[in-house]
Amino acid sequence: MRIYVCVKQVPDTSGVVAVNPDGTLNRASMQTIINPDDLSAMEQALVLKDATGCQVTAVTMGPPPAEGMLRELLAMGADDAVLISAREFGGSDTFATSQIISAAINHLGVGKDDMIFCGRQAIDGDTAQVGPQIAEKLNLPQVSYAAEIEKVGNDVTVKRMLEDGYMKIKVQTPCLITCISDKEKKARYMTLNGINHCYEKPFTLLNFEALKDEPLIELDKIGLKGSPTNIFKSFTPPVKGVGVMLEGADKKTAETLANILLEKHVI
Amino acid sequence: MAFNSADISAFKDIWVFCEQRNGVLMNTDFELVSEARKLANERGSKLVGVLLGHNVEGLAKQLGGYGADKVLVCDHPELEVYTTDAYAKVLCDAAMELKPEVILLGASNIGRDLGPRCAARLNTGLTADCTHLDIDMNNYVDFLEKSSTLDLSNTKFDMEDTNLKMTRPAFGGHLMATIICPRFRPCMSTVRPGVMKKAPFSQEMSDKCVVEKYDVKLAKDDIKTQVLDVVKEAKKMVDLIGADVIVSVGRGIGKDIKKGIELAEQLTEAFGGGVVGGSRVTIDSGWLSADHQVGQTGKTVHPKVYVALGISGAIQHKAGMQDSELIIAVNKDETAPIFEIADYGITGDLFKVVPLMIEALNEARASK
Ligand SMILES: Cc1cc2nc3c(=O)[nH]c(=O)nc-3n(C[C@H](O)[C@H](O)[C@H](O)COP(=O)(O)OP(=O)(O)OC[C@H]3O[C@@H](n4cnc5c(N)ncnc54)[C@H](O)[C@@H]3O)c2cc1C
Ligand SMILES: Cc1cc2nc3c(=O)[nH]c(=O)nc-3n(C[C@H](O)[C@H](O)[C@H](O)COP(=O)(O)OP(=O)(O)OC[C@H]3O[C@@H](n4cnc5c(N)ncnc54)[C@H](O)[C@@H]3O)c2cc1C
Repeated sequence: MRIYVCVKQVPDTSGVVAVNPDGTLNRASMQTIINPDDLSAMEQALVLKDATGCQVTAVTMGPPPAEGMLRELLAMGADDAVLISAREFGGSDTFATSQIISAAINHLGVGKDDMIFCGRQAIDGDTAQVGPQIAEKLNLPQVSYAAEIEKVGNDVTVKRMLEDGYMKIKVQTPCLITCISDKEKKARYMTLNGINHCYEKPFTLLNFEALKDEPLIELDKIGLKGSPTNIFKSFTPPVKGVGVMLEGADKKTAETLANILLEKHVI
Repeated sequence: MAFNSADISAFKDIWVFCEQRNGVLMNTDFELVSEARKLANERGSKLVGVLLGHNVEGLAKQLGGYGADKVLVCDHPELEVYTTDAYAKVLCDAAMELKPEVILLGASNIGRDLGPRCAARLNTGLTADCTHLDIDMNNYVDFLEKSSTLDLSNTKFDMEDTNLKMTRPAFGGHLMATIICPRFRPCMSTVRPGVMKKAPFSQEMSDKCVVEKYDVKLAKDDIKTQVLDVVKEAKKMVDLIGADVIVSVGRGIGKDIKKGIELAEQLTEAFGGGVVGGSRVTIDSGWLSADHQVGQTGKTVHPKVYVALGISGAIQHKAGMQDSELIIAVNKDETAPIFEIADYGITGDLFKVVPLMIEALNEARASK
């Protein structure tokens, strides 16, 4: 049994987000982190590894420096790591991204007992589309918004969150599951032993050459040019004009406000 | 054979996937149908609601009342409860056969599961969680002028362009992107709940709406997942999205939480009724339940009046409320970012200011 965990390196949007004048993101000026939902997916995989001794493979598509993130995941407990990286893959939308990642996973092989875990959503692109699209391309059943995963034999039971409750869903391996983060279930830290050995663990680089003949890849549908969706314009929302600051915090101010609201027919 | 999505002239009509749970349509369906009506008018095309479920035909006419010309009813016992496999098969089969130009879905936990699965099967693009849609280029340019900081004086737009222009926030609301899908059809988009405005219901349009049954082909082994249980969490739903007045509280109520929430409730009453919301801090601290949260990871709201009490105005909070028609903020720190988007701001201790506001509002209303 092998669990592939798809992990994306993302800019930390909770800190300062720098936007270039042309509306693109100034990535160079930002910290990168492991996408939070993906950390949660990795933790769920490692819990299953603790219980069953299965193999956990971290997979990312990204520029070469993403290797650093993969080494961290190896130090946390992943058994091996795969970096999918090529200029031709750059600028892919979710359709193209999922095509490339599914081709890579297919290249490595999906066995009867295997699973693929994704995060539900990456905090930069924010689409939550890559997981279900990989599942479709690999023709696997999917369960998204997973909060809990249990596995007995080939049966996997997932607690799948809805806005107003949840579903319990049973699915057989091989399957794909997208995980949501949970404050209660924090990802484990790297261990000292893990850090010492993370450079000895198997590390595979899949470049354009390695994947271009994979049946799942349509060469005219990858990268910036091939992606079905294109960014037509990007922009920063305007700062709404500063309104009226009412002087003082007394009864008179409150009355002024009430009168304005009355005049504007708000009350 | 892979579906040919590149023959774009073969596609017409605008479809809205209408989600129902337990035989009840979602509010988003009405928002989406209302918005899609405008798009269908801009495009001069037909608007079709697509309704999947079991024994749901009776719901179809409701969708007509918000603008659907036709509702395609896909009825099958296996569609009673949502499964990705069954819903994706039926929606994709129908789309492959009938070739809509546009498919819109609500960006609910179900729409965001179904949308990408279908887009991948239909060999087309999907734009996530949109907050604004245009077909007509004039309308789009107007929108950019109002809602962006771009200097458009040197930009040439193709005014004949009929691609759906789908605008969405990314990077946690720091950036807006307009996405197009020019080479493939259908053009697909999930749309954020609570953002599009619901049109008034029209009985006349509802009566005119054509209800058509689609011949569903579904076998048990098309469905690889089994739903063991559907659990509704029993809680009073806080209707933030439908509220005209929202008074939200933040960490600023910390020194007397009970009193702070009470004041917020009284203030909604002074406005003639409304709902109490909260920043994420109030939810994470357990002061309010999760359904009160406004913001990027909570609800997006646009009430007539939004009052922020003791909320600093972090970008993630603003993302959920900055399109409110009128924003009033009370904060003891005059540099709090919330004042940058407030129409009216008062610097002061909310525990002192809010009682005065309640009194003044009550008096003003009495004097009407
Ligand atoms: C402003 C902006 C808006 C965009 N809007 C759209 C859009 O509407 N539609 C569209 O198709 N594309 C869009 N894109 C492109 C999209 O962001 C990229 O394709 C991105 O590589 C993947 O999408 P995501 O970040 O949304 O991932 P999500 O789909 O949110 O990611 C879900 C999960 O998939 C896995 N995953 C995603 N990417 C990788 C990766 N590179 N390596 C390994 N695992 C991964 C992770 O497990 C992740 O948690 C947009 C890009 C930008 C900059
Ligand atoms: C990925 C991500 C998603 C997020 N999603 C959301 C979201 O959906 N919604 C959300 O709200 N936040 C969200 N946040 C959190 C957000 O960044 C802020 O931390 C949060 O909004 C701050 O809440 P606050 O304004 O209540 O608290 P603070 O920022 O601590 O502000 C408290 C304010 O109260 C004022 N104050 C204190 N005492 C008084 C008093 N007596 N009278 C008047 N004013 C007083 C202070 O001056 C201060 O401005 C998210 C963060 C991340 C990283």
